[in-house]
Amino acid sequence: MGKIVIDSNRCKSCYLCVSTCPKGLIKKSSKTNRLGDYLVEFDDKNNECIGCAMCAKRCPDMAITEVYR
Amino acid sequence: MQQVFSIPKSMKKGFRYTFCPGCDHGVAIRLVAELLDELNLQDKAICSTSIGCSVFLYDFLDVDCVEAPHGRACASATGVKRARPDKFVFTYQGDGDFASIGLAESMHTALRGECVSAVCINNTTYGMTGGQLGPTTIMGQVTTTSPYGRNKEYYGYPIRIAEQIALCDGTAYSARVALDTIPHINQAKQALKKAFEVQLQGLGFGFVEILSSCPTNWHMTPQEAHIRVKEEMMPVFPLGVYKDVTTEKGE
Amino acid sequence: MTDSNEKVLIKGNYAIAQAAINAGCQCYFGYPITPQTEIGEYLSAQMPKLGRGYVCAESEIAAINMVVGAVSTGVRAMTSSSSLAVALMQEALSYAASDELPVVLVNVMRAGPGLGYIYPAQGDYNQSVTGGGNGDYKIIVLAPSTVQECIDYTYRAFYLAQKYRNPVILLADGLLGQMMEPACFGKDPYPEVDVSSWALTGAKGRESRAIYSLGTDEKKQVQHIYNLFKKFEVIAENETSYEEFETEDADIILTAFGSMTRNIKAAMKVLRNKGIKAGCFRPITLSPFPYKRISELAAKGKDFAVVEMNMGQMFKDVKYAIDGKSRVGLINRPVGEWLSVEEIVEAVEKIMEKSYATSIQYS
Repeated sequence: MGKIVIDSNRCKSCYLCVSTCPKGLIKKSSKTNRLGDYLVEFDDKNNECIGCAMCAKRCPDMAITEVYR
Repeated sequence: MQQVFSIPKSMKKGFRYTFCPGCDHGVAIRLVAELLDELNLQDKAICSTSIGCSVFLYDFLDVDCVEAPHGRACASATGVKRARPDKFVFTYQGDGDFASIGLAESMHTALRGECVSAVCINNTTYGMTGGQLGPTTIMGQVTTTSPYGRNKEYYGYPIRIAEQIALCDGTAYSARVALDTIPHINQAKQALKKAFEVQLQGLGFGFVEILSSCPTNWHMTPQEAHIRVKEEMMPVFPLGVYKDVTTEKGE
Repeated sequence: MTDSNEKVLIKGNYAIAQAAINAGCQCYFGYPITPQTEIGEYLSAQMPKLGRGYVCAESEIAAINMVVGAVSTGVRAMTSSSSLAVALMQEALSYAASDELPVVLVNVMRAGPGLGYIYPAQGDYNQSVTGGGNGDYKIIVLAPSTVQECIDYTYRAFYLAQKYRNPVILLADGLLGQMMEPACFGKDPYPEVDVSSWALTGAKGRESRAIYSLGTDEKKQVQHIYNLFKKFEVIAENETSYEEFETEDADIILTAFGSMTRNIKAAMKVLRNKGIKAGCFRPITLSPFPYKRISELAAKGKDFAVVEMNMGQMFKDVKYAIDGKSRVGLINRPVGEWLSVEEIVEAVEKIMEKSYATSIQYS
């Protein structure tokens, strides 16, 4: 079981995390940043996240600030 | 639950990268910061910064920084190291800075075996100025100054930096890594660690060339850009360790 | 011998090099070029013995950027070069001025433009004083006229550079660099400068520091440049220095810098013997330039004759200082054989005859 924390202020909507998460738990959200780009959200209803931290390692902007396992 | 990822403490508090979305610079800087933490170097590090997209480094890394004019980061780093041999001295440069305008400084720093570490981001273009042909632009690549693609008649050939630096006798470590996949990011960190350690061990010049994406100037999505790194860049710039005196026999 | 009050017979270039050691120069970075190569040669022998830094740089560009790196850590460091190669260093000087880094550069001038040749000249007045790099900045420029002054001003260069956090050029010429004269090193008379508030030493027990000239914030950049110029006003107020001889009763004041000072002093004596009331004025700091003093002398109705080995570079500054209050003539040869005392005397007489209408140029 794992958990991530996303800092929306740092997210630039590149969606590299979306394509990186092996479980597909990060999705485009309906919320936008200052530029109108859709931010990402962590959606783990079934507690699938294993805390592999690949999303955080991939994120170029360190918008995924914390990962727990 | 145990925290397995956090923002390195060598990053400035409240920093926000000014890079374009999907730019690999952010990952490279994070790896540097993580190593400064892990090797306990933050309070003895002095960075010689460069010109280009990397110019804002001192806004992100929480270490002492001196700005070098375009291409001169290795010269400036040499000065820092000779003045303060007990400090950890490193540069963070783009390919244009390191291998075009600054090729002489970079190569001679390697030849002298200066105990400094240099990180060079290779994204096959001049990013800051909007995607012009640079020293690493690959054959056929279209840029704003090679609108018909790089050809040998007008532009000649790209430079393979890690191989060239490995040829210098003063080089202790030279490797080329990439940031297109998570395993490659992990390898990149190991290479950077080695380039830092050879300095600490007084073995000579430590160098890592990092293949990075530039989605904006390549006119690609960040995902497509990583595919280009693998499919177009790696055949020209093969990943690997080109020199490592710590594993060579007799060294 | 090299740190006592004993007189030694020594070449200008060696004198500068040894004075740098005495001043605590921790690192030297250089690239060979005539007529200053002996500075690097001397230091290559001495610095390793002292455990100090020495690099045979791959170019002048690298050399000065090594100085930039070294001085940013708070130590004293320098490079030396000559004219056309100093031209290569202008970018880094502009950076160092903006970054407020105490770079010390010795320029032993030779002839230009372009490759020119190794005979002496004073053609780098403009390059040094007005700055050959981009943007608005000022460099402190000291011009020695004897081997003794090469020593004294080297001490002063290191001190002023750190005191004001500003690059300093020691502007000598091939004549001085290659000439042997008796001189005495003594001890560096200047106090140590505390650099702890800004030097890069690693962010241990304090916040990290960044030294850079990038000015993305327009307002801050405007203020930064104003601050640099305000600092230079203070430098001008405190550090402007010059020498004058027999100006009190003079009708005409011969003005020169660097080693040409020697010849105008001799010419002044000859002119006095001929009944012409000549005086001498010699700026020691070419930047800050002694505008005020020249202006005062001009206001007393004293005319000037500027004697220099270039096409009238300092002449412009003297003319600017005089600002129409008196008359000024130019006596010059662009490069080569130093204007002789006889030539200067003859030219002064001509200038006075012709009412300063023309410059006297020697071929």
